Amino acid sequence: MTEPATSRPAGRPVEIDERIAAYKGVWVFIETERGHVHPVSWELIGEGRKLANTLGVDVWGVILGPQGEANIAAANEAFAHGADGVYLMEDPILAEYRTVPFNKGLCNLVNTYKPEILLLGATTLGRDLASAVATTLATGLTADCTALAIDLDTHSMAATRPTFGGSLLCTIHTLKARPQMATVRPRVMAMPPKLSDRTGKIVNVALGMQEQDIITKVLDYIPDRNQDQAQLAFADFIVAGGRGLGKVENFRLVTDLAAVLGAEVGGTRPLVQGGWIPQERQIGQTGKTIRPKLYIAAGISGAIQHRVGVEGADCIIAINSDPNAPIFDFAHYALVGDAMKILPALTEAFRNRLSVNRKTI
Amino acid sequence: MHVVVCIKQVPDSAQIRVHPVTNTIMRQGVPTIINPYDLFALEEALRLKDQFGAKVTVLTMGPKMADQALRKALTFGADEAILLTDRAFAGSDTLATSYALSSAVAKIGQTDPIDIVFCGKQTIDGDTAQVGPGIATRLNLQQLTYVSKIVSIDKDARQIVVHRRAEGGVQVLKTAMPCLITMLEDTNHIRFGTMADAFRAARYTLTEWSATEAGVPDVTHCGLRGSPTVVKKVFAPTAKTVKATPIAGDTPESLSQTLIDTLFSAHPGLQEDLESRVASNSQGA
Ligand SMILES: Cc1cc2nc3c(=O)[nH]c(=O)nc-3n(C[C@H](O)[C@H](O)[C@H](O)COP(=O)(O)OP(=O)(O)OC[C@H]3O[C@@H](n4cnc5c(N)ncnc54)[C@H](O)[C@@H]3O)c2cc1C
Ligand SMILES: Nc1ncnc2c1ncn2[C@@H]1O[C@H](COP(=O)(O)O)[C@@H](O)[C@H]1O
Repeated sequence: MTEPATSRPAGRPVEIDERIAAYKGVWVFIETERGHVHPVSWELIGEGRKLANTLGVDVWGVILGPQGEANIAAANEAFAHGADGVYLMEDPILAEYRTVPFNKGLCNLVNTYKPEILLLGATTLGRDLASAVATTLATGLTADCTALAIDLDTHSMAATRPTFGGSLLCTIHTLKARPQMATVRPRVMAMPPKLSDRTGKIVNVALGMQEQDIITKVLDYIPDRNQDQAQLAFADFIVAGGRGLGKVENFRLVTDLAAVLGAEVGGTRPLVQGGWIPQERQIGQTGKTIRPKLYIAAGISGAIQHRVGVEGADCIIAINSDPNAPIFDFAHYALVGDAMKILPALTEAFRNRLSVNRKTI
Repeated sequence: MHVVVCIKQVPDSAQIRVHPVTNTIMRQGVPTIINPYDLFALEEALRLKDQFGAKVTVLTMGPKMADQALRKALTFGADEAILLTDRAFAGSDTLATSYALSSAVAKIGQTDPIDIVFCGKQTIDGDTAQVGPGIATRLNLQQLTYVSKIVSIDKDARQIVVHRRAEGGVQVLKTAMPCLITMLEDTNHIRFGTMADAFRAARYTLTEWSATEAGVPDVTHCGLRGSPTVVKKVFAPTAKTVKATPIAGDTPESLSQTLIDTLFSAHPGLQEDLESRVASNSQGA
């Protein structure tokens, strides 16, 4: 029942009531976990800056965490990426993420300073917190947006995300409640340039909770062993396969090409569901969003859920036997033909070209 | 012990097509399934039934035909099933959905207090991962999202320890029941139901609740009216204005040569980059 109702009449000009007009400015939740700022926070400050410029308002970051030097460093980074100010809430209770104190802290800030827009990363932390905050404040939250803009007629945020069905996008507004909330997945938005001479204001705010009032306790934290994890989100070169490869044995052709290029491998959701590749190598809306310099897609149709995950690539080469495959609508180079024949030839050709040139260096 | 599992009936996404002209979703004849993510929640609940004799109630909000999803859940071994259905719920966004569902959960808890509410990580149609946390927030339940494992439950102390997936690792959380858990995918495998469960499911009379029967305090918070988000536009993504450069060739080999020539002359930076990577790789090897 959460699907869009397309039949709804397009909005008449909305009267902006006073209660809503009291909300001003764009906020970005700066996600720090265990002293480390998630880079999606800076991507969102870049995006928030654009929205704020259109609206003629300021961008503020929000940092919740334990006391420490790291917070000032994070605030300075936020300014360098485009924030005008930072609300800083320091409390030992906020050392590890837990829904209740983070929800209370963020809601209190919102209720006091009233931002019109609040953006969070669509990480496990960001989604958990955003849902709790939106419910507490009874406002609209749009998940996993791929584009954000300001609709000047209604003065509201137009949040675009893929919708059900595999090839459509929808644009969602929150007209009668504030703040307008959205989550955006890491790497969907470009990293903004860093201007290290930018400065900003820091406003300290207290959380006002006691540890004994918080029921959930963090007993331990088991960090992932990083070497096991595919680093798809940050890879510069990626080769991926789709259902067009036919059978799991043929995925070797993708791995072979990747080995020659020193690239990471990935795939579409059906390959994950079929057990060909692990979930962490899925590319797309419910997998990883990638921004490589080069993306080679073999036997992939280019459904919207895949497309939104790869559109940030600088260069996309698609191999598909169907000349009308949707992937050719957004690829840069089109190889129409059988991936099982083209992949080995391409692997050889790259191998020769790259090794020939190496000898001449 | 009493656990409630929220499941949603969704169209099987693999079979959805979009009308090429009108850009609307063609639902006719598309089979429906239980949201695949919710099966991980259901299986986890059934394990508590095996272990502690917990009673498992499944709950869904949807049209009348969503009873199929509930009946299916009964065949896996759920004990009770409740269908929340009312025209007032039509057009609900996640805020309105969690409002209706939390009212029903509260009502269920009045006759048989609840220890754990389970949800899936997300649905494959709404795809927001918001409804679970929404229910937890409304009912003031401790919220445990992306749970990969229930480590232990102390029935008497009413305490639970779980593993929760975080960005760079796993949090080990201890909390008090009642709580709400959203299960991570691939954490378990839904069982085959028994013949006895299949027979019981076929004969079982589902409980059907309207908004009033579910004790929804204010129907204006339901459905379209209760939804702060408004869908303004549904559209197909536009093709890039610059079409993909077609690469021609009679054989895979000539095709590959042409591609590499075209690619490297248009993006000399890529060539340098690849060469230096390959060079440093072979040095390292
Ligand atoms: C809520 C939701 C979330 C989703 N999230 C994701 C996601 O994160 N990532 C994702 O990838 N998908 C996702 N999907 C699935 C997505 O909609 C598509 O179903 C999927 O991307 C299709 O995968 P595919 O391109 O491998 O397969 P197909 O769509 O079956 O395409 C196979 C392609 O291979 C071509 N082909 C066939 N034979 C050959 C050959 N010999 N040589 C070359 N080409 C050949 C065909 O022409 C076709 O274009 C999601 C779906 C939903 C509903
Ligand atoms: N209509 C519904 N009826 C019952 N449970 C639901 C419904 N919608 C969502 N849920 C639950 O909430 C979870 C998250 O859904 P969503 O926010 O749509 O991604 C699902 O996995 C279900 O457990």
